[in-house]
Amino acid sequence: MNAQEPHPRNRPLARALAVGVAFLALVALLLYGVLVSDRAGRDALPSPLIGRPAPEFSLPVLHEPGRLLGSEDLRGQPYLLNVWGSWCPACRDEHPVLTRFAMGKRVRVVGYNWKDEHADALRWLERYGNPYWAVVVDYDGRKAIDWGIYGAPETFLVDADGIVRWKHVGPLDEGVITSELEPLLDHMGVPR
Amino acid sequence: MLPELAQAALVLALLLAAVQGTLPFAGASRGQGAWMAVARPAARAQLALVASAYLLLTLAFVRQDFSVRYVAENSNTLLPMVYRFTAVWGAHEGSLLLWSLMLAAWNAAVARFSRRLPETVAARVLGTIGLVSVGFLSFMLFTSNPFERLLPAPAEGRDLNPLLQDPGMIVHPPMLYIGYIGFVVPFAFAVAALLDGRIDARWLRWSRPWTNVAWGFLTLGILLGSWWAYSELGWGGWWFWDPVENASFMPWLAGAALIHSQAVTEKRGSFAGWTLLLAIAAFSLSLMGAFLVRSGVLTSVHAFAADPSRGLFVLAFLAVVVGGALTLYVLRAPSLEEGRPFAASSRETLLLVNNLLLATTCAMVLLGTLYPLLADALDLGKISVGPPYFGLMFTILMAPLVLLLPFGPLVKWQREQPSKPLAMLLPWLVLALVCGVAAYFMAPRGPLKTAAGVAGAAWVGAGTLRFVWARLRASGRLTAEMAGMALAHTGIAVFLAGALLVEAQQLQREVAMKPGEVAELGGRCFRFEGVERVTGPNYVADRGIVTVLEGCSTPSATLHPEKRAYAGGGQVMTEAGIRPGVLADLFVALGEPLGEGGWAVRLQVKPLVRWIWAGALLMALGGFVTALDRRFRRVEER
Repeated sequence: MNAQEPHPRNRPLARALAVGVAFLALVALLLYGVLVSDRAGRDALPSPLIGRPAPEFSLPVLHEPGRLLGSEDLRGQPYLLNVWGSWCPACRDEHPVLTRFAMGKRVRVVGYNWKDEHADALRWLERYGNPYWAVVVDYDGRKAIDWGIYGAPETFLVDADGIVRWKHVGPLDEGVITSELEPLLDHMGVPR
Repeated sequence: MLPELAQAALVLALLLAAVQGTLPFAGASRGQGAWMAVARPAARAQLALVASAYLLLTLAFVRQDFSVRYVAENSNTLLPMVYRFTAVWGAHEGSLLLWSLMLAAWNAAVARFSRRLPETVAARVLGTIGLVSVGFLSFMLFTSNPFERLLPAPAEGRDLNPLLQDPGMIVHPPMLYIGYIGFVVPFAFAVAALLDGRIDARWLRWSRPWTNVAWGFLTLGILLGSWWAYSELGWGGWWFWDPVENASFMPWLAGAALIHSQAVTEKRGSFAGWTLLLAIAAFSLSLMGAFLVRSGVLTSVHAFAADPSRGLFVLAFLAVVVGGALTLYVLRAPSLEEGRPFAASSRETLLLVNNLLLATTCAMVLLGTLYPLLADALDLGKISVGPPYFGLMFTILMAPLVLLLPFGPLVKWQREQPSKPLAMLLPWLVLALVCGVAAYFMAPRGPLKTAAGVAGAAWVGAGTLRFVWARLRASGRLTAEMAGMALAHTGIAVFLAGALLVEAQQLQREVAMKPGEVAELGGRCFRFEGVERVTGPNYVADRGIVTVLEGCSTPSATLHPEKRAYAGGGQVMTEAGIRPGVLADLFVALGEPLGEGGWAVRLQVKPLVRWIWAGALLMALGGFVTALDRRFRRVEER
């Protein structure tokens, strides 16, 4: 450790190169990060349910409280399960998108009314329109645990054999529907 | 109308910052006094403008003006008054405004307290801060405008993120931002010194207290964040090596290194180039922290909503600021003269080792934080680097630092006989080792960590006191600089004891409890009395009642862990029930309801957990006290 020692001549250049390369590498890495940061589902851990049978359930129907609708009843044709609640502002945002998709009648759209109040849920559908083929209710959120639901909205695609094929966390938008859901339905051979 | 006024104020501030960032530089290189003199009034006016914009946004929250998009998205009519003030910095746009306000405040403070510097140096320091202000203000105005209108105005807003509705959250971000942005002063000083081509001990003396104060605030900010996570996130941890925590920890480490290297450069003239590089690094890491949090590049509980256009803007800003400073450094640093020579056994060497260890730790954290991104870029799959990596590496790098710490203040500058400080400290080293061995055999759990914690704390604590005693005996008084150092080093001792003992000795149980049931943990019983429904201003909560029975017989405390469901977003938050204690915290959190009045309950006993924050508080105090040293305020003859 002797600061008197004369520096070799090439040291400033070497230092400049080292600093420059490290800096450029860091900027390049961060730039990559920014460019992929809006890639859909980048951080979504794939749901362990995908490729596996949907959880068995049998839940009351919102509009006919006496009747139960279950996974067995839905077998035979694919359906889209959309988790929502009247308390959830993002559900209101995705509602027009979901309504447009449901009007295409490609698959049945089943609403999963989660942790809601009965009257609030009915009023919400009256106000914003009801695109659902049927709505099941899970007031205490017990069954939602099997689905791995941790927020609303969330959407699952279940095929005719009751296998979960796709999951989307957060509000649906046109981009997700045209780039992910529609191609998958084509692939599954669901007629347009 | 008022939001538009605020908008205009920000635009004006941006224009002034642009003036401050150009004219003084030109004036300094051409010797035009009048051009340089522009900087100070421009800085003061910017503070006034940004502060009024900030007040107007606060006013919009208080009056619940939902025609302002930011207000509508982050508050609603049920939000209690105190959180309407804090909601201003509750999301990206407003927190950026707070950040700009802090920058404007530092800017004005530098303008006020830089009259002792030569006119050209002050002009370049202020000019650099002006350029940074241009970056922040234009980032806010062009990508994240908090005053954007939402017309027609909705009747009701959403809600402030319930995570942020907590007293700890009121002060955490401002402290953190003061610290982050405070590093702009040593940075601007480094740029000015590089432009000038020489570094003078007097200017360094001027910039030291700024670094210390900024670092002190950053320490407070991190401390509050850790405390908040502990009481609010429900699992009783105090540090998670989360990307955003790391983003604040990296500038902290660089700042700690900078504080020490500035002292060497000021007193001995050594490490001048290194000090300048560290000053650039500390501020660059602060900016990178902002970038990581706001660009959505890394995911974290803290992250603001991702938006690539914002990410690109900050990245470009970062590249210009850091790239510019580094280019300047590479071009000019070699011409700075080296300081006085020193022997292998000297305080300079110890401080060099300190700097190398802190800088390596900082690089280690940077690598760990960016590794998932690197793995993604190179297509190695989704990898996350977690506490095992950070914990191990941090211990390996910090252990030698702790071992060498007490020697630092006792070793002389330039040359020291190694036997002298060794003889002074040997008894205390032995004492610390004895304490450690005793702790090893007395500890009911985790003996190795306990022993390390006790021995490390005793060693650093006793070594620091030994220094204070030696000083008092020699000269009868401590300068503020020495007192600050002693405080900060004592803080490290306290922190070590807390961090290692809570890791080793904490007890935890997850139990399913029905009303009236009792669970035992560490010689205490916790009786679950049941859960009641309570209504807060903007939430409903299940509030558990848990009675603590000391020795399983005498009730000593009642804890109220809560699970709150906020009306605005339906989000559920846990609020732990904590009985704080100097020796141990009792911590109860509610899990899920299990039916028939039963609940999953998490019980924890956390010994010495408060010492972690007490230690950090001492470190921050140390930073502030050091800045008060009279030497820094003495009027210099030119």
